[in-house]
Amino acid sequence: MPAERVLPTAEARDLIALTSEIADKELAPRAAQYEADARFPREVFRLLGEAGLLSLPYPEEFGGSAQPYEVYLQVLEEIAARWASIAIGVSVHSMSSYPLAAFGSRAQQEQLLPDMLSGRLLGAYCLSEPHAGSDPGAMITQAIDRGGEYVLSGTKAWVTHGGQADFYTVFARTSESRTEGISCFLVDGAMPGLSFGAPEHKMGLTGSPTTIVNFDDVLVGSDRLTGSVGRGFAIAMSALDSGRLGVAACAVGLAQAALDYAVSYAKERHQFGKPIIDHQGLGFLLADMAAGVESARATMLEAARRRDRGLPFSRQASIAKLVATDAAMRVTTDAVQVLGGYGYTRDYPVERYMREAKVMQIFEGTNQIQRMVIGRHLARD
Amino acid sequence: MNIVVTVKQVPDTWAEKKLDPSDMTTDRATVDNVLNEMDEYGVEEALLLKEAHGGEVTAVTMGPDKAVEAVRKALQMGADKGVHLCDASLHGSDALQTASALAKVIAPLNPDVVIVSSEASDARGGVVGALLAEYLGLPQLTLARKVTADPGGGTVTIERQTDNGYATVLGKLPVVVGVIEKINEPRYPSFKGIMAAKKKPLVTMTAADAGIDPGSAGPSGAYSEVDEAQPRPPKAAGQVVKDEGDGGAKLAAFLADQKLV
Repeated sequence: MPAERVLPTAEARDLIALTSEIADKELAPRAAQYEADARFPREVFRLLGEAGLLSLPYPEEFGGSAQPYEVYLQVLEEIAARWASIAIGVSVHSMSSYPLAAFGSRAQQEQLLPDMLSGRLLGAYCLSEPHAGSDPGAMITQAIDRGGEYVLSGTKAWVTHGGQADFYTVFARTSESRTEGISCFLVDGAMPGLSFGAPEHKMGLTGSPTTIVNFDDVLVGSDRLTGSVGRGFAIAMSALDSGRLGVAACAVGLAQAALDYAVSYAKERHQFGKPIIDHQGLGFLLADMAAGVESARATMLEAARRRDRGLPFSRQASIAKLVATDAAMRVTTDAVQVLGGYGYTRDYPVERYMREAKVMQIFEGTNQIQRMVIGRHLARD
Repeated sequence: MNIVVTVKQVPDTWAEKKLDPSDMTTDRATVDNVLNEMDEYGVEEALLLKEAHGGEVTAVTMGPDKAVEAVRKALQMGADKGVHLCDASLHGSDALQTASALAKVIAPLNPDVVIVSSEASDARGGVVGALLAEYLGLPQLTLARKVTADPGGGTVTIERQTDNGYATVLGKLPVVVGVIEKINEPRYPSFKGIMAAKKKPLVTMTAADAGIDPGSAGPSGAYSEVDEAQPRPPKAAGQVVKDEGDGGAKLAAFLADQKLV
């Protein structure tokens, strides 16, 4: 049974219907093969951009649709339920556009945002480094001010869309101060000195390339500095708050897909003369899965509504990311259990869902980091 | 160019289709209803003609209240105006009555081109387009896999799909063009298109508005009647060919028997 949604407006219902139609016709049929082939579907992002699905939470004056996060996240969920790599890509693209949309100058926004939001340009987000994952304040990538331009050098890691993106939102050190010495830049993907490692051999989300990005004296005009010098760390943390909601939505959508698949299988599969869903052991397992999906969605939407009302939502975003991704891991693992031996084969999608869920507990801040963020809020607020 | 495209709401392609036993009409209440998939190609072709030559596209449908959704979808895709012929007296109309009613709505619009798709996925009669052309008194170009309009010269040329290839057929405007699914790749609406569609003119007409004689409408005036219907028989088990060294020959014999080779 697909998600039953309570949506705030008629346009939100239309938007979910449009997303479902495109996801059913264009995403679902390709997902398994593209994932198996580790093939990146750049054209899908163009299609989503043309349909207006890459710019939902952004202002209309730049080509966005000014949709609340409550709606945007449910669109993301619908995409994730058909193809998690694409939903993660949409979330990353959206997060990569966020610093410019929230902190950029008017001139930067007018010049760059329309192409970013329409999907003509695809974005990537460069924060982590090989030795600086959970601790981004330890980054060493440098941006040296040469008066009128910056020279970037260093290596970024775990970059979604690495080598495929048209622009990179890059955080680099402009002084020694641990958190106040970091600045944010928007770097054109075709700049000389930019190079990419081979895609990582990942356990899941293989349709979405993740690479190292090398900056070898890449020249970036000072008009591409986003926000003021030294504000980068605050911008990165702000972007992550929203990005965590995006990942929570991807996790909920993925979990919903696993639940739906497991339920329909359990109704068809007969053992001991009846459908296995009618055996209490399986019925209870499926019930726990449904409870996991729906409580994760509720937690995510609560955080989204706070964001939409302009209330602080950092703690709630971390809670949503933690709850939703842990739920997705549990639900997808149980979906494999429901399908038994079949679930363990690559002939059925649930083992892929399980592999895809795992990374969601890791990226955009590991779930241990989420607990740290939540704990700090509890101590401070 | 003034372009009219006909659209129809049908039970979801994959839904099990049933007849309502009380009046032997299609059961539309218990299934999801969608825009006939073939009509999406018609709408797309209408939009392409408009984009190439200017003008406007009007989407026309006949059907119950809910059928307006088919027109809305066309408006969301980019059609400019919609007309929904909706009247309880039209329920149970057969193909001839439907075509006659649509002609009454379409003729006053003075179209240069009327685009119809080759069939709807519910009844799959595939005759309404031809009947419509007859009622409108217009020539029809059917099975078009490519359409080229020359409004200045007052003609439309199509590639008409045949068993062996295609035939080039030219017609004078105004004309009815029937399109097949090979013709284009229908676009998806965009979110902005969905929002814009809410503001586009959409007229609902009754049978009286369209000048349809009440006596000729509905089952009593129909030219055809459904006496009885049987559910589709369950699929018979397939024939298994066991390979005992002669599998290839057996398969070839099977295909020859079926006149497939």
